Amino acid sequence: MGPIIELRPILELRKVSKRFPGQHAVKEVSLEISRGEFFSLLGPSGCGKTTTLRMIAGFETPSEGEVWLNGSRIDSLPPYRRNVNTVFQSYALFPHLNARENVEFGLRRKGANEIEARVRKVIEQVRLDGKESRMPSELSGGERQRVALARSLVLEPDVLLLDEPLSALDPQLRKQVRAELKDLQRRSGVAFLFVTHDQEEALSMSDRIAVMNAGAVEQSGSPQELYQRPRTRFVASFLGAMNFVDGMGVRPECTRIAKVGAGRRAIVTRCVFLGSAIHVEAKLEGGELVIAQVSSHGSAAETFVEGEPVQIWWDSADERRFA
Amino acid sequence: MVGFGGRASIRVAFLAPAAVLMLLTLVAPSAIIVAYSALTHGAYGGVERPFTVENYTRLFDPLYAAIFWRSLWIAGVATTACLALGFPLALFISRSGARKNLYLSLVILPFWTSFLIRTYAWMFLLRDTGLINTVLQSLHVIREPLPMLYNDGAVILGLVYGFLPFAVLPMYATLERLDRSLLEAAADLGATPRDALWRVTIPLCAPGIRAAAILVFVPCLGTYLTSDLLGGSKTILIGNLVQNQFTASRDWPFGAAASIALMAVAMILLFAVRRRGEELL
Repeated sequence: MGPIIELRPILELRKVSKRFPGQHAVKEVSLEISRGEFFSLLGPSGCGKTTTLRMIAGFETPSEGEVWLNGSRIDSLPPYRRNVNTVFQSYALFPHLNARENVEFGLRRKGANEIEARVRKVIEQVRLDGKESRMPSELSGGERQRVALARSLVLEPDVLLLDEPLSALDPQLRKQVRAELKDLQRRSGVAFLFVTHDQEEALSMSDRIAVMNAGAVEQSGSPQELYQRPRTRFVASFLGAMNFVDGMGVRPECTRIAKVGAGRRAIVTRCVFLGSAIHVEAKLEGGELVIAQVSSHGSAAETFVEGEPVQIWWDSADERRFA
Repeated sequence: MVGFGGRASIRVAFLAPAAVLMLLTLVAPSAIIVAYSALTHGAYGGVERPFTVENYTRLFDPLYAAIFWRSLWIAGVATTACLALGFPLALFISRSGARKNLYLSLVILPFWTSFLIRTYAWMFLLRDTGLINTVLQSLHVIREPLPMLYNDGAVILGLVYGFLPFAVLPMYATLERLDRSLLEAAADLGATPRDALWRVTIPLCAPGIRAAAILVFVPCLGTYLTSDLLGGSKTILIGNLVQNQFTASRDWPFGAAASIALMAVAMILLFAVRRRGEELL
C-alpha cells in the first residue's frame, strides 16, 4: 500500500480553468507535484500564476477542472478545510498578535496537541528564537517572512503555497533567503509550490518549473531542461537571454565572436560589462541584433569597440527550434 | 523668516474665529455653570450667595442617585444594542462592493428629517391608538392595546433608532480599511468564518467599536428629548432632571451641579475607554 501512495502526486491539477468577467485568467492548466518537490510557477505578471495558486488555496473556485490533493478532490472545499497553507506576498501577519501568537493561530483553530512544543520547534527552525514576543510591526522584513513561513509550516501542510514571498525583501537579502528557503524545504520535506516572475529565483531553487504565459502552461520540466530545450520562443526568452536568427534561437553563451574568422559579418553596437562576463551586442547584415557572451578574463578576453566589424558564428548543435 | 511669520499669521487668522466661538459658547458657559453650581438658588430662579457644596451633596440623595443609575443603565443598554445591531450592518456594507455608497447614504438618510419629528413619529406608531396597536386590533391579534409607549423600552427603542448611524459609521470606517488578505490568511490557517470574525475582524476593528460606543453612549447618557417624549413621566433621566431644575423647579444651582456631574461621568468613562485603546493602537 505505502509505496503506491507515495508514488501518487501529492497535488494534481486537471485541466483547471478560471474565467472572470471579461477575462480568461487560467486556461486548462494541468500540473502534477510530487511529495517533497520544490515546484515553481514562473511567468510574467498577469499570466495567471497567482490565480492558479489561489484556486489551490481555495480563495477562488475553478470555472472548470479538478484539483486533487493527497488523493482527494478539494476544488469545492473552503480554504479552512484544505491541508495546504499559503505564504502571502505581503505575508498577511495578524498585526494584533505577536510572532508566537501568529504561529500558534492555526494550531489553536485546529485544536492541536502539544502546541507549545510544536511552536518552539518551528520557531527554532526558522531562527526566530528570542523574537517570539515581538509584534509584526517590530520585526524586519526578513523576520516577518520567517514568521509567515513558520505559521504555515507548523501545520504540516501537504503542500506549501508561496506567492512571490521574496518580492517584498530588498535585493541583498533576497539571494540569501533563496538558499535558506531551499534548505528549509529540503529539511521539512514539504512540497513547495512557489509562484514567481523572477526566472533566476525559479532556476536556482526549483526541482521543476512550469512556465506560464497568458493563462496557460507553455512548458514544464527541470530548470536544465527548460533552459536547454525551450519548446517555445516565449520560454526561450523568458528563461535567460536568447538570440533569434532565421527563426532559430541561440543562447549568448553559445554565440562566438571574433574580429577575424569565418562566420556572419556583423557590426558591434554595444558592450555591456557584467563582471564575470561581457555581453557584446552586434548587428548582423540581415539586421538582427545578437548578443555574444565573452569571458571577461584570461586569454579569451578580446576587447571589442563600438562600430567595429566582427564575425559571429555558433555550432549548429546549439541551435534551438520552436513549435 | 518672513515666510514663517506670514504663515503663522495666516494660521491665526484661520483659527481665531473657531477659537473665539469655542470660548464664547463652550468655555464661558461652562465656567458660568461651574460657578452657579456652587451658589444658592434664588426664590424665583437665578442664583444668590453664599457659596455652598450642598448642591453636590444633594446628588448623593438616593432619589437622585437612582436617576443617575437609571440613566447609566438605559444608555448602556442602548449602546450595547446599537453596537450589536450596527456591527453586522457595518460589516455587510463594507462587503457590498459597488453598492457601498448607496447603503451608506441610506444609513444617514434619517438625518434629513429633524430628530424631534422622528421621535414624534415613534409616538404615533407606539401609542395605544397608534398604527401598530390599531392594525393588530383590527386583525384581532390582540383585544387590548399593547402598552408600548411611556416606558423604558420605548426610550431605549428611541435611542437605538436615533443613534444607530453613529454606531454604524465609525465601525464601517475601520471594517472598510481591514486588509482582506488577513481574512484569507485566517481561512488559510484553518479558521472558519466565525473564528475569523472573532479572532481577526473584531479585534482589528476594536478602535472603531470603541469610537462607536463613545459616540452613542455619551449623547444617550445626557438625552432628555427621547425620554421626555417616549418615556412619559415615569422615566426621568439626568437630562430631564437638569431641564426640570432650570425650568419648573427654578433651582439653577442644583441643575448646574447635576449637569457638571453628568459631564464628569461622561469624561471618566471616555478616559477609561481611551486609555485602554491607546495600548492596542
